[in-house]
Amino acid sequence: MIREFSLVDIYYLLLAARWTLALTGLAFLGGGLVGLLIAVLRVSPVAPLRALGAGYISIVQGIPLLAWLFVFFFGLPILAGVRVSPWIAAMVAFSIYAGAFLGDIWRGCLQAIPRQQWEASASLGLSFADQLRYIIVPQAVRVAIPPTVGFLVQLIKNTSLAAVIGFVELTREGQLTNSTTYRPFTVYIVVAAIYFAMCFPLTQWSRSLERTLRVSR
Amino acid sequence: MRYAFNFRDIWAQWPAIAEGIGVTLMLTAVTMLAGLAIGALGAAGRVYGRSWLRTPLAAYVEVVRNTPLLVQLFIIFFGLPSLGVRLDAVTAALIALSVNLGAYTTEIIRAGLEAVPRSQIEAGYSLGLSGVQVFRHVVLSPAIRIVYPALTSQFVLMMLATSIVSQISAPDLFHIASIIQSRTFRDFEIYTVIAMVYLALALILKLLFAATAQIAFARR
Repeated sequence: MIREFSLVDIYYLLLAARWTLALTGLAFLGGGLVGLLIAVLRVSPVAPLRALGAGYISIVQGIPLLAWLFVFFFGLPILAGVRVSPWIAAMVAFSIYAGAFLGDIWRGCLQAIPRQQWEASASLGLSFADQLRYIIVPQAVRVAIPPTVGFLVQLIKNTSLAAVIGFVELTREGQLTNSTTYRPFTVYIVVAAIYFAMCFPLTQWSRSLERTLRVSR
Repeated sequence: MRYAFNFRDIWAQWPAIAEGIGVTLMLTAVTMLAGLAIGALGAAGRVYGRSWLRTPLAAYVEVVRNTPLLVQLFIIFFGLPSLGVRLDAVTAALIALSVNLGAYTTEIIRAGLEAVPRSQIEAGYSLGLSGVQVFRHVVLSPAIRIVYPALTSQFVLMMLATSIVSQISAPDLFHIASIIQSRTFRDFEIYTVIAMVYLALALILKLLFAATAQIAFARR
């Protein structure tokens, strides 16, 4: 039955935005762990490990996120032998996907630290792990924050693709609302506005961080 | 129960896959050209324009970059008809992709334009070049060279993002995958194959861009 688009629908869309944020948070957590591993592989002193990290990044970044979602949505039941909910499929796909981008961003930040820092810490007898932990990472984190916040915006927008495997977040809720009210223009403008309200502050924050961190260096 | 993989049914569908690749490449090429044109004009407007031009351009960039492409596509394809603008799926896809890419290229090229020193522009004018000539030869081409890596990696991302237009049934590679899925019920196999095709396209595109850079920027 077709009913009017009203404030209640906007309220439901806002509620659905919570799932967008929840998925973004989990994807960032999973992607962060993968990304940390990949970034460390990329700067490791062992050449095959560096190649492994580079290979991971270029393969994952060369395949559309939509394809990752479908491969895991249909593939996990086959590979793991269990039926998976859209939650699990989306989590796995987003972790793998975000891991490649975060890994690439953080590699750049690790490499932005001057060579001499590595050499000086090596000459003090620190192991690779200790060099990273005590010398390189604490300095790289400052460089890493603005682009990481910028990527968070990408991630929020990309969670909209989880709608296509039936994950009910903001975009999917928009589709459902549209199918009962048949007000596509209004519904999707409201959906876009909610995304904008989540992303724009982050974009601005990333920019101001970039400015303040650059000045203080 | 063991799952028996079956890729033979997928290979049998290669003509459809080839057609899908054709549509994806067409979408990518048109979007790249349109995105480049929007980006060059948008960046020029943002850097050299008056405030009545700069403000709406800044708004365009921010709105597009802070909302998902999928929702932009839905607004154009499902939303515009209720305002009396009816578009077929491919046209809607091309508009959405170009508008989206244009916002990113505007920002990227703007960074390049701002990197060109003011003194070079003045030198161009003092040699008697017109405003348009200065923009083309003194500003735009060095700027493009500076931002070439950022620009081309955005193009590769855009090629992959064209897969999203399958959601409004534009007959691109990804949409073909869903058609083959419904014909064969081999969902895992088809999406794995399609993922590999995208990966190959992305790597080829990267190689082409690297080769183009070698040729275009070599003698300088």
